[in-house]
Amino acid sequence: MSTETIENTSTETGADIGSTGHWKLVWRRFSRHRLAMVSGGILLFIYLVAVFAEFIAPYSATTRFADHQYTPPQVIRPVDTSDGFQLGLFADGYTVEIDETTQQRRVSTDPSQTRELGLFVKGEEYELFGLITWDRHLIGPKNADEPVFILGTDRLGRDMFSRIVHGTRVSMSIGLVGVAVSMVLGIIIGGISGYFGGAIDTAAQRLIEFIMSIPTLPLWMALAAAVPDGWGPLMTYFAITVILSMIGWTELARVVRGRFLALREEEFVEAARLDNCGTFRIMRKYMLPTFSSHIIAALTLAIPAMILAETALSFLGLGLQAPAVSWGVLLQEAQNVRSLMHAPWLLIPGIAVVVAVLTLNFVGDGLRDAADPYT
Amino acid sequence: MMTQFIVRRVLYMVPTLIAISIVTFLIIQAPPGDYLTTVVARLEAEGQYVDRAQLDALRSRYGLDEPIWVQYWKWISGIVLEGDFGQSLVYNEPVADVIQGRLGFTVLLSLCTLAFVWAVAIPIGMYSAVKRYSIGDYTATFVGFIGLAVPNFLLALILLYVSHRYFGQSVGGLFSPEFEEANWNLGKVLDLLAHLWIPVVIIGTAGTAGMIRIVRANLLDELNRPYVTTGRAKGLPEGRLLVRYPSRIAASPIVSTVGWLLPSLISAEIIVSVVLSLPTTGPVLLRALESQDMYLAGSFLLILSVLTVIGTLISDILLARLDPRIRYGKR
Repeated sequence: MSTETIENTSTETGADIGSTGHWKLVWRRFSRHRLAMVSGGILLFIYLVAVFAEFIAPYSATTRFADHQYTPPQVIRPVDTSDGFQLGLFADGYTVEIDETTQQRRVSTDPSQTRELGLFVKGEEYELFGLITWDRHLIGPKNADEPVFILGTDRLGRDMFSRIVHGTRVSMSIGLVGVAVSMVLGIIIGGISGYFGGAIDTAAQRLIEFIMSIPTLPLWMALAAAVPDGWGPLMTYFAITVILSMIGWTELARVVRGRFLALREEEFVEAARLDNCGTFRIMRKYMLPTFSSHIIAALTLAIPAMILAETALSFLGLGLQAPAVSWGVLLQEAQNVRSLMHAPWLLIPGIAVVVAVLTLNFVGDGLRDAADPYT
Repeated sequence: MMTQFIVRRVLYMVPTLIAISIVTFLIIQAPPGDYLTTVVARLEAEGQYVDRAQLDALRSRYGLDEPIWVQYWKWISGIVLEGDFGQSLVYNEPVADVIQGRLGFTVLLSLCTLAFVWAVAIPIGMYSAVKRYSIGDYTATFVGFIGLAVPNFLLALILLYVSHRYFGQSVGGLFSPEFEEANWNLGKVLDLLAHLWIPVVIIGTAGTAGMIRIVRANLLDELNRPYVTTGRAKGLPEGRLLVRYPSRIAASPIVSTVGWLLPSLISAEIIVSVVLSLPTTGPVLLRALESQDMYLAGSFLLILSVLTVIGTLISDILLARLDPRIRYGKR
């Protein structure tokens, strides 16, 4: 697919290639990739949700509704006909039945009742960015005593929609932070390896091959299990991120090394060297900027692997622990077959994972095609 | 030439194996406190009597009072020379006994999945490359992307739900209850095969998706080469042309993917086994890590890594048989 787009576009971009800036050309090529553009939009939306999680979610991640365990999800209607004709956001009420044989409470939706939802409603108080105290929520029930659970509730009666929104922050940021750490490691090790070559290069390549040859999940599991239980959620978060990036940097190091190997023979690098420019300065000022768009593409493609890894670890109970909320932590609730049978909506966080990973892959693919807009 | 290549390749493996053992040992050491304090704490928590003499015997067995490299040496020499992997806390029996039965299934499952990935991905990838931009190609690409994005444990959970809900049967395990404890016979083998395909498909999806893309890209590189045009100009039938020339050249990068495919399959196997409760290494490894049974966990890590390295070695040898450029090259 990539070569085809390149063939098509080269004639069009070729005309003013000398007078247009690099990033503008990259953007022009990228914006022609329709799937990547749509994915980019979705991705932007997901990150907005992550930033404004408290505002978007109707409830906090830990609010429990004691009478509403395992409430099924329901569809929000824009029209209500129970009492004449009304426009707005409406949902069904709930009824509780007690199973005769098992004595279990079972909550189900009741179409004979109607509950109204509103936008920008008053709800629980929260602190946005830890600074602004506010009590408005993007969506929520108009009457606080009549809660509505769009995506159902879990075992403890916590709203799944709110929890998924709050989980977005951890799940999406762990990819970014993890990739940032891998980037530092990858650029330093890959750069030194490619620039100096020889014995250093061989040693670095052996190290990378070694790390790549170990099955990652058992290694991650073992390292994550070694994180002390006493560490708080924030420390655990960073520990997990570092563990993920300790293995994740290898791919990036390979990309950087390949580029450095190709570039170090170039004339402009030779010229800088003859000008008595320091090695580190040559690498940083002359070589790195020439392929920063490639690095961004490689980084974007590395994020999904991080998100999937965190999800897997948390799902197994070795990653983030209960008070913290991430998509993997939420999916852990579905691990038990009985609760899965009882409440299949516990799998919904999985959809969030799939969408995030898919869009990141598409954006990464688009960036990779756009990284070198001159061909 | 071939023997020389194999010998060199095996020698290359030695430092890797040593590095793996060191990393594993460091992970065993990672939890605070040494192995015996964990044992004592556990026994005392259960209200059991702690035998001092037995403790001292264990202490000298693992060299716990000695410097760390002595401990490492005692541990690794026990494994290599005597096959002694240490004592498992959780199962209260030698690690070797715990591992033995389960490892076979892990290997079997991984190899079957590898075969499945190739059997599915190579024809689809070839079709995608030959019929580029056809509906089939787009479908394969789309399904491939989905396969890469859906975590395999999620797939396992969905399957678990669907089979329970709509077919009223369990997909967990590798055997039906009546064969669980039975000795090996034809019936048990058939029963195993009837259960095996489910985890194989689940574990294989991500690998298959990645593989299709690799096959497609490699074959596409070859399809536009002049030798293909020559063959076509000479009047070779398309099918024979494809199998005879470009496929053979595209095959070597595909065989070399075992290097990353095998580690990822083992990773997938572990998490899927936990969900489907298969009698493989996955659930035991998780349990060992949860209860800080580090000798058991470390042994699994060590063996799985060594198996992966050996798998990669075999694929490299196959590759050298297939492609003389590698045999005679510098590496």
